[in-house]
Amino acid sequence: MPKADTLQGSLDLLVLKILSRRAPLHGYAIMTAIEEISGEVLRIEEGSLYPALHRMEEAGSIRASWFTKDSGRRARVYELTARGRKQLASEEARWTAVVDAVRRVLKLA
Amino acid sequence: MSWIGRFRNQFRRTRISSDLDEELAAHLHEAIARGRSAGEARRAFGSELLHRERSQDIRLLPRLDALTADVVFAWRQLKKNRVVSAAAVLSLALAIGATTAAFRLVDAVLWRTLPVVAPERLFFLAVSNSGAEGRLPYNEAFDYPTFREYRQILGDRADVMLLGTPFRQGAMFDPSDEPEPVYRQFVSGNVFGVFGIQPALGRLLAPNDDLKPGAHPVAVLSYDYWTRRFGRDPKVLGKTFHIVKDQYEIVGVAARGFIGTEPGVVTDVFIPSMMNTQALDSPGWSWFRIWVRPKAAITPEQVRQPLQAALMREQQERIKTLSSDTPKQAIDAYLSHAVNLLPAASGASDLQRGFRVPLLILGVLVVLVLLVACVNVGNLLAAQAAARAREMALRVSIGAGRGRLIQMVLVESALLAIIASALGTLFAWWVAPRVVSMLAPADDPVRLMLDVNWRAIGFGVALTAAVTFLFGLAPALRASSVKPMNALKGGEDLHTRRRLMSGLVAAQMAFCVLVLFVAGLFVTTFERLSNRPLGFSQKGILLLETDFGAKRPPAVPMQVAERLRRISGVEAVSLAGWGLLSGNGWIGTVRVAGRPIEVLSPYFLDVSPGFFETMRIGLIGGRDFRAGDGAPHLEGRNQPVGGVGIVNEAFARTYFDGQNPVGRSVDVRQGKDLNAPLEIVGYVRDASYRNLREPIRPTVYFPMADKAGGTFIVRTANDSLTLAPLLRREVSQAGSGFHVRGIDTQSSLVRRQLIRERLLATLSMFFATVALALAAIGLYGVLNYSVVQQRREIGIRLALGARSAHVVRRVTAGIFGMVFLGLAIGLALGLASGRFLEALLFGVKTNDLSVVAAPILTLLCAVVLAALPPVIRAVRIDPAQTLRSE
Repeated sequence: MPKADTLQGSLDLLVLKILSRRAPLHGYAIMTAIEEISGEVLRIEEGSLYPALHRMEEAGSIRASWFTKDSGRRARVYELTARGRKQLASEEARWTAVVDAVRRVLKLA
Repeated sequence: MSWIGRFRNQFRRTRISSDLDEELAAHLHEAIARGRSAGEARRAFGSELLHRERSQDIRLLPRLDALTADVVFAWRQLKKNRVVSAAAVLSLALAIGATTAAFRLVDAVLWRTLPVVAPERLFFLAVSNSGAEGRLPYNEAFDYPTFREYRQILGDRADVMLLGTPFRQGAMFDPSDEPEPVYRQFVSGNVFGVFGIQPALGRLLAPNDDLKPGAHPVAVLSYDYWTRRFGRDPKVLGKTFHIVKDQYEIVGVAARGFIGTEPGVVTDVFIPSMMNTQALDSPGWSWFRIWVRPKAAITPEQVRQPLQAALMREQQERIKTLSSDTPKQAIDAYLSHAVNLLPAASGASDLQRGFRVPLLILGVLVVLVLLVACVNVGNLLAAQAAARAREMALRVSIGAGRGRLIQMVLVESALLAIIASALGTLFAWWVAPRVVSMLAPADDPVRLMLDVNWRAIGFGVALTAAVTFLFGLAPALRASSVKPMNALKGGEDLHTRRRLMSGLVAAQMAFCVLVLFVAGLFVTTFERLSNRPLGFSQKGILLLETDFGAKRPPAVPMQVAERLRRISGVEAVSLAGWGLLSGNGWIGTVRVAGRPIEVLSPYFLDVSPGFFETMRIGLIGGRDFRAGDGAPHLEGRNQPVGGVGIVNEAFARTYFDGQNPVGRSVDVRQGKDLNAPLEIVGYVRDASYRNLREPIRPTVYFPMADKAGGTFIVRTANDSLTLAPLLRREVSQAGSGFHVRGIDTQSSLVRRQLIRERLLATLSMFFATVALALAAIGLYGVLNYSVVQQRREIGIRLALGARSAHVVRRVTAGIFGMVFLGLAIGLALGLASGRFLEALLFGVKTNDLSVVAAPILTLLCAVVLAALPPVIRAVRIDPAQTLRSE
């Protein structure tokens, strides 16, 4: 299994947040949404998005379904589960705490 | 993460994989739709394969995934080398099957715990004696007066139980029926309660079912019998049946699984011990084992000690009754008696007693055969692995880890072992009952619980795993340590590989020699025993064990004998206390004036006139008995009356220095210090009396006295039981109260003496054959491999002018060294094991040269046969062809 890296936590948080606002979305849409909202600051390595999505799906924080588009192509779309919603809340709190802490350090040091 | 879900996904791999493909393709499509070029989209995405693998690993169990791939691959490998795989599977299956069968047998006879409460707290009593006749170290049978005494002595220290020996009797459920055989076991009333056995139907026996002699005509059926005989009919309660003269009412059925306490015999009906009325007040009539369960907080030793004290008191009393000239050795033997508490968790039976050591020895032999088979398969796989060195090297160079390679090769071994185990289990299932049927004569078969239990399953699984590692680990380690450079260069260092194989050959030879050696001992024993002169002719002899109804003077049964004699096909009829080799014996003391009393007392047997002629025992001197002859006996309490007797050669040798004793007189001990004179009127050849193994003992034959039973000895023209029903009817019609209890042929009694030896000889011979065949195949395989590997070298040597002899020596030198090393080790092991085998051997010593020579010669023949084809192939190598093909 791939090793967890430090950014992974934030990727999960971003995906959960996006899905909590607009759902259901497919992988490409999630990616573009993150890039657009962050003003092109946050860029996601496209390929690694999918293993992350599948891991979260396996963990039960999001669920997937197939959605047929007008073009006749199928797309796999994701939405938040109840567990994902809970996870989002705690991840958000943790993230804010970390960011606050970092900010304090930057200000006072 | 849900394990179950991922495990389930394992079986939907294609679906998952196509879903992944579709999702990733959709991503790229979307990217292109948003205006990126195909190449750019792909670049931005990164390695599609890598992400796909990662996603798949999340969905599936990666280890299991690899395992599945390995299994599929292994199966393909096995199919590719069909002949090798089939040989490996078959030889393993045979060995695993034999091992499993042996385990089931040993488990059923020796290890299966009784289905009772706290079996580990159960013991049975056995008296050990280190006397002069100490063939059997333990006496496990007791008489009722002793039981009564022990129960009183132990009081509330322990539950004391009586468990009779299951005995086959004729039972009639309808008075008009022919009696059908039933195994009945007498038990004391507390047995079911102490064992904690529940009734399957009705009620079980309770202590108040066992109070007054003859007053409790009730019976409990075993579940097995209830099923077999009555098809589990609940209406069986209240039914009655007859055994001999007594009528019993069925009051219940014992819980399923409880089939008595004697592995080897399945009890059909349990009857209160109080119903064995005649035996209750008869000291010396031993008919049951005593079981005890110490109460809580009482140790077995605390139970043993008071019993030991009682036994010693009793022995002292007995010594006082001995006459003053009893040899000191005999007195010491009396004092050496000791009570033992033996664990009874697995029951206690004569089968265990007689077959404990033989079964364990067979178990060891079977494991040796298994080892030989494992080595064989290991060698086959090693040879195969050599052929796959390049494949392994390739795997290593593209990054396969060592662990992964070991797993791959082990999976292949495991697959082989699992297939072989499955086949072997079938074989065991087929063969185990057949071996059981060899444990006893067909008319009184051994019945064992051979059902499948968790122990058997656990054993099977453990065996398969052990076998996998035994033959798979070495090739696996070799494969994983492959050096890509060497392999790709085309020249593995052959010598290390051959060294491993040669070592295995040595081990195989050692195991094989050991099996052959032991088999040789058992076969010789069987041969010597069965060729031992009996001293009588068993051909055509039928033995009719008969109840006379009441005590009758000898003339009455002789009239019956006269009637039997008139039946056509009957050649001669006479009468004896019991048949020779029936297992019964009567030992008495004889004193010859001017000689000390011998420690080994002579056998006695009462016979009618014509006995020696019927049995074809030669008369050397004097005369046969005639009507009116009497045996020495006591008149009233203490009035000795003289009589006549006939003695055998051993008697003459022991007491008269081998001279014809006819006309001489000896004293026969009657009670304490009373002697009745006996005049020797006849002198006959030696004949086996009780046991084929023992040296022929001095024997005195007496005329028959008034008796309530005896055995008619009928010589018929053909050696079969065809006349049996006719004879049985004739006896019942001959006089009131006469009835035949059992009919047997003399030859079946002789065969019964040889059951254990026949079993050991047959099975060990079978194992020896299998081991020999496997070892020969293994040797052939290794030699053949070595010739194939050295083809180039041999070709060059031949081209340069090497002689054939030189080539032969080159090919075989290392291997033959190993063969001889193996031989030596095997023989050393065999000689060392002799000590454990001695008790089972007859007329043969472990260091007997002829016995040692046989396995060596057999093995050498096999070695030469196995080596011949590869050696011929080596010599015939055509240098030109070999060199061209390289």
